[in-house]
Amino acid sequence: MKSRILMFVFAFAVWCILTWVPDVQQLIAGGAVALIVSVVMGSMFVNRPHMLFNPIRVFYFLFWYVPVFIWELIRANFDVAYRVIHPGMPIKPGIVRLRTELKSDTGLTFLANSITLTPGTLTVDINRDDGVLYIHWINVVGTDPETTFREIGSRFEPMLKKIFEEDVVE
Amino acid sequence: MIDIIGMVFIGVGLSFDVLGCLGLVRLPDVYNRLQAATKCVTLGTCSILFGTFLVSGGFTETGFKALIAIVFLVLASPVAAHAVSRGAHRAGIKLWDRSVVDSYAEDKEGEA
Amino acid sequence: MMKLARWIAGTVVLLGLIALIIVLPFRSMFFQQNQEHIGFAGRVVYILILSSLMVLYRVLKGPTAADRIVAIDIFGILIVGLCAVLSIASGRSWYIDIGIAWGLQSFIGTLALSKYLEGRSFDD
Repeated sequence: MKSRILMFVFAFAVWCILTWVPDVQQLIAGGAVALIVSVVMGSMFVNRPHMLFNPIRVFYFLFWYVPVFIWELIRANFDVAYRVIHPGMPIKPGIVRLRTELKSDTGLTFLANSITLTPGTLTVDINRDDGVLYIHWINVVGTDPETTFREIGSRFEPMLKKIFEEDVVE
Repeated sequence: MIDIIGMVFIGVGLSFDVLGCLGLVRLPDVYNRLQAATKCVTLGTCSILFGTFLVSGGFTETGFKALIAIVFLVLASPVAAHAVSRGAHRAGIKLWDRSVVDSYAEDKEGEA
Repeated sequence: MMKLARWIAGTVVLLGLIALIIVLPFRSMFFQQNQEHIGFAGRVVYILILSSLMVLYRVLKGPTAADRIVAIDIFGILIVGLCAVLSIASGRSWYIDIGIAWGLQSFIGTLALSKYLEGRSFDD
């Protein structure tokens, strides 16, 4: 039920932004559409609503994860641009394993997306039972677990563990 | 003044777009192409949209829509890249000849 | 040696095309209102068309089906940027609606095509 209410608020806000500046007719139509959407598919929007209202997690997400993510994204672009315009193409690709301790769906999704948009790495598949991510790496440094964790996972996994995992309480 | 800053954002995004498309043409196999193209074109288009947000004068109709499009692109394009690379590997498309290691194929052999 | 010559030739051709687009005074098709953005937006549109042509090369030549799917995905994202530039060039905000809708359609289409690609080797 809480998930459906959240879905209604979210859909209604997106509608208001898309039809800026809203008047009465558009507000009524938007309310009807948001109601239909939240009744039909609201149950799969948020599974754990108490996580969303935890101010420490939201604070960490906005002021720790997002700046690091944007900085890594810009670095990744310069890295790829260098590899593309270099005449010899200094690439050494391969697919390696990365062990992770994240369990929740949201955490794994954010970890995979962050890895895809950071320098030289692309998530190919996730094996959730063993906690292994398969990562295509454009410049393989080493294949043993310690090296891959140090080079790929150590930037994002601790903060995502604090933001999305159940047990860690500050 | 804010128009000039917006145009600089659009120019930077444009150069990243061109570099990403160049990577799509030059790199040797589908996974490398996917990396270069996804990263460069995502940041390039987000930068163009942010420049649109600045040039159109902040929080107007166009500006709000540009911000929504930025959030949508950042969330959606890694998912699309992940789906395409997984599909390509399962369909049996080989890595480049000079690739170093392929742990995913080893583990899949072990399962099957 | 051959590779280096090809690299130099390609760089010269690409930089020459971009310089031609920037220098030549094109008559832009995309303006009525914001007079000061006309030349800039027109040149941006032409450079985006140039990179779309590079993507289309990969669509036509691509050795495997996955290459074509990647290229079509990238093409959709480029069109989102094109719609944004057109919306500031013409001052009409509904161009960017077209961009958002095109991005959604392209994303869903890419997911569907990759599912098709994945199911082709297994019979499930």
